[in-house]
Formats: sequence, C-alpha cells, structure tokens
Amino acid sequence: MVTRTVRIGSSHGLHARPAKLFTQAAAAAPNPVTIAKGDGKAVNAASILGVISLGVEFGDYVTLSSEGDGADATLDELTELLVTDHDQA
Amino acid sequence: MRMTGTGIGQGVATGPVARMPEPLATPADVPSTLGVEAEKTRTLESLGRVARALEERGAKAGGTARDVLEAQAMMAEDPTLADSIDDLLGQGKTAERAVSEAFAAFRDQLAAMGGYLGERAADLDDVAQRVIADLLGVPAPGVPERDEPFVLVARDLAPADTALLDLDKVLALVTSDGGPTSHTAILAREKSIVAVVGVLDALSLTDGETVVVDAAVGAVVSEPTEEEVTAARTRIAERAALVDAPATPGALADGTAIPLLANLGSSKAAKAAADGGAEGVGLFRTEFLFLDAGGSAPTIDEQRAHYIELLEAFPGKKVVVRLLDAGADKPLEFLNDAHEENPALGLRGLRALRVSEDILREQLTALAEADKVTSADLWVMAPMVSTVEETTYFVTLAKELGLKTVGVMVEVPSIALLADKVMAEADFASIGTNDLTQYTLAADRLLGSVAAFQDPWHPAVLRLVGEVGAAGARAGKPVGICGEAAADPLLAVVLVGLGATTLSMSPSALADVRASLSRYTLDEARRFADIALAASGAAEARAAVTAAVASRKEN
Repeated sequence: MVTRTVRIGSSHGLHARPAKLFTQAAAAAPNPVTIAKGDGKAVNAASILGVISLGVEFGDYVTLSSEGDGADATLDELTELLVTDHDQA
Repeated sequence: MRMTGTGIGQGVATGPVARMPEPLATPADVPSTLGVEAEKTRTLESLGRVARALEERGAKAGGTARDVLEAQAMMAEDPTLADSIDDLLGQGKTAERAVSEAFAAFRDQLAAMGGYLGERAADLDDVAQRVIADLLGVPAPGVPERDEPFVLVARDLAPADTALLDLDKVLALVTSDGGPTSHTAILAREKSIVAVVGVLDALSLTDGETVVVDAAVGAVVSEPTEEEVTAARTRIAERAALVDAPATPGALADGTAIPLLANLGSSKAAKAAADGGAEGVGLFRTEFLFLDAGGSAPTIDEQRAHYIELLEAFPGKKVVVRLLDAGADKPLEFLNDAHEENPALGLRGLRALRVSEDILREQLTALAEADKVTSADLWVMAPMVSTVEETTYFVTLAKELGLKTVGVMVEVPSIALLADKVMAEADFASIGTNDLTQYTLAADRLLGSVAAFQDPWHPAVLRLVGEVGAAGARAGKPVGICGEAAADPLLAVVLVGLGATTLSMSPSALADVRASLSRYTLDEARRFADIALAASGAAEARAAVTAAVASRKEN
C-alpha cells in the first residue's frame, strides 16, 4: 500500500473544475486509488460524487492510497494535480 | 405584488412569464417485469447516452459551462453511484426507480452539507431527471420554447439549461431557490442577463402573466401597474442607450474627469474592452503568460509579442501593466516552490520577484521594448509592495531598464499609512481593494468561513484609501483603484470622494459606473466619503451612503 498526504493548492478547494480534473485522472489511472480528507473515511478517487462530498477546501490535507505496480507513479501524478491551483489559469 | 430576492447586476426587464416545466414524477416503486439483467442493461445504456449528450452540450457551450456539463456527465457515470444503482436493481426494482433512489440519496447528502455543495444538488437532480426521461422515452426537461421573448421562472436552473439559453428570447431569469453563488447567478453575471435569484414566492407566478424584474433592487413585481411597466421600459431604454451609445469618458456631474479603465487578464480581451468604452487599461495581469508557458518563464521575445498585441489595442491610451503576481497560493515552480503555512503573508508579488531578479528584469525589459514600438502610454506597477524601501527598489530598477511611468500597488496597510513617502518615490499608486481588505481585516479572501469580512465598504479600508488619495493629491500624482470595489456603482463614487483619480474594473461594469459617476459632483462624492468614513462597519457605511443618496433625490 502506497500513500501520500497532500495539501490542496486549488483556491476553490476540491470541487467544480479541480474535482473534475482530479477524478478524470484517477479514473484513467491503471490502479484503483482512494482519497480521504484528514482522518476521515476513504472514498473511490474515480468517483466525482465521492470526491465532491468530502467537502475538501483550499489548504486541507488529503491522503491518497493505492497499491500494485505503478502505484507510486499514479500517486505522483495525482499529487501534482492536487497541489496545482487550477482556478488561477 | 412585490417579491424580493437577490438581484444579480443592475439590469431591469419586463415581459411575460414562462415557467420551467415541473420535474418528472418520482417513478413508482413497483417490481420489475423485465428481470434484473435486462434492467441493468437498460440503465447502463441510458446513463451512457445521457453522459454523451451532456458532453456534447458542453462542447457546444464552451467556457465555464463546459466544465460544469462535463462534471455532470461524470456524475451520470460515477462508479459509486453505479454500485448503488446495481444494489437497488438486484432487489428487483425497475431501472427508473433505482436511478431515482440512488441519485436522491446522493442529492440529500450534498444538500445536507449546505453552501457550495448544497447548490451542486441541483446539478445532480438535473442528471437524474435526464436519465429517467431517457429511460421513459420522453423528452428531457428543459428551457421552454416560445416565439416571443419571456421571463424565465424556475425553481433553479441547472447548468445544462443555462448553457443553451437563447439570450434573444430570455428577458430575465427568476428563481425561487439558489443563492448568489448558484449557477443561475454565475451565468447571469457572465452573460449579463437580468436575474433575481432566491425569490421565495417565484413559483406562484403563472405562465403568460406580465412581470417587472428589477435586479438593481432585487425585486420581482407581479401584476405591475401601467406606470410601473412604463418606468421599467424607460430604464431599459436608458440602460440600452448607456451600453450602445459611444461611451463618453468617465466624469462627475461637475465635469471632473475620472477615466474609466478595464481590468484585463489577457491581451485577447483587449480589443473588446476598447470597443466597450474603456479609456485604457488600469490593470493588466501578466500571470497567464507565465502559467501558460509551462515549467519555465516565457522568453523576452514571447513576452514582448504579447505586450505589443495588448498595447496596439489602445493607441495613445494609458495601459497599466502589473508585474507577475505569484506566490505560494499561485505557485510557479520557477519562482517559489516552498510550502508556506500562510501564502498570503509569504514570499509573493514583488518579494518573490526580487528573489528571482532575472525574471523581473526580463519582464521589465520586454515591456520597455514593446513600449518603444507602440503608441500606447505604458505604465508599470509592482504587486504586493509593503515598504517604502521596496518602492524605491522597484522604481529605480524599472527606470534603469527604460520604463517611463512606474508605480506600486497599494494592497498592504503599511504602505497606505506611509503613502506620503511612497508617493515621493513612485509616479502613481493603484489600490487593490481586494487584497487591501484581506490584509486590513486579517481575513483570508479565499476562506469561505471568513467571507463576511471581505467587504471593501469597511470604514477601516476606506480610511486607508483616503490616506493614499490625500497623499496623491499633495504630491500631484494619480491614484487609481483596480479592485472589485471600483465596479460597485455607489462605492465608486465614495472612492472618488476619497481621492481616487481613475477607476479600473471588469469591462462589463463600465456602463453602470459611468452612469453613477455622472449623477454626483465632486463635493457630493466627498460628502458621501465622509459619511462612509464616519460609520463603524461595512454594512453601516453602505446603508448611510445609500440613505444620503435617497434623501438627495427627494430634495
């Protein structure tokens, strides 16, 4: 099991466009990924409803988990998305 | 009867009501006659069709709407939702019923969370209705079609509806649900549609009856009198004349010139702003150049080409360019990749540029070169300046590299309080009211829980604006406003009373601010400013000035 704890860089948190971009990337990844806010329950990162309902805001910490071959690379890619501020572009 | 809600913008409209069709009835909970596997197949096909249709509408709509519609398409095919639908189908329910129950469970969960998430519940409801309509083989609920223009009355509009609204037919939008951050409100703002949202009694309006919708006061009048309709038509004509007339330069009633400038985020929008009556650019943000350049800073050549495109749209006019404004909250890895606990108080704006002085020098050089080959009057300013020493540093460097008019943004209270010393060094100051409010009230402007503090009407903020205005007047140097405060037609007058000599705003706000300024003299603006400064809070300041305006009209 590989995990990463990441601080959200998007100024509008993880909903709307950032949630869409993140979920799309998680769905395209070869390994199943879960995301949890703080110590909360982990949800399927490929589920936009699951991700939105976490209510993640700018500056919150979330933990991504995955396993299997390539899990490290998958989490690196998703981490990059989470620390980027998509709302400023 | 007069109903009230939250008005979006300053517009007014009148016309017949067209009600949005009520949602489909909830499918009955009866056992499936098709069998579990057949229901699963129907459901999958239907979810897929709806998702594709939403994606298609997104591609057609473009812009903000596209993201929202794509997100809705993803909701239709959400794996968590699919699991829950499968469970329900496994219990022998029909596809219609399973879809309805599964969506409703998620919808309730979002609605219970309130705020932004609560407002996403409407997006989800909309997807559910589309899937159920598809399963039933009936047309998807949508915007009513009429031959004549109408006032659309709905519970709330889903993005899929607003995206394809035929603006020629929609006179105004009225919703019973939804707040100022609902999609209806966001899209009304973006497309300049007259809208009043959150009108509790809106659904008592009936098809075909005439209403007056007044966004400026957040009111919907049903069964209006002939006088009310005539008054509305007069205002509609006045506003149309304001927008259509060749825009006159911004000025007060006594002729005092207050140039009205545009805030722009890319050179592509420059021509539209110039056509819309902007007398120049008061804030040109350069972040996009750097964000779009990928992992490194754009070259001098690339930057120069963009600046030339911008300056050529404003021949002979003033264009104020803000140097790259980045920090840990707007990360550019080549500038600052450190993790900061408080990015708003961290290495950002001029502080970050000073650490990477080569980037600052290149940007100033590209600007100076673009200035040489164009006829616009180029001014440059640094963001997030907090000391007089930083002011001296920036002004000296920019002049050394060939820039003629060099100023600073006032966003931090420290330099507003030392404005006399700042104005001795800089050629001008431009007040960024959003950040100035954030720093004065110590409230993170990106944090929803302290959003109520982010009000530029606060007398503490206005006093700081007054300090800068007075210092500018003593030094004989211009003081601009380039925050959202300048787009508030009444606050704009107060800011002028405090000493602002130019106002810069998003181009869509120009016509309303121009009209507002033309109603008052400089003496009146100063009197309103005194009234606002004497208040003890933002709401009180706004109310006191509004009352002063109203009593002036009566006299």
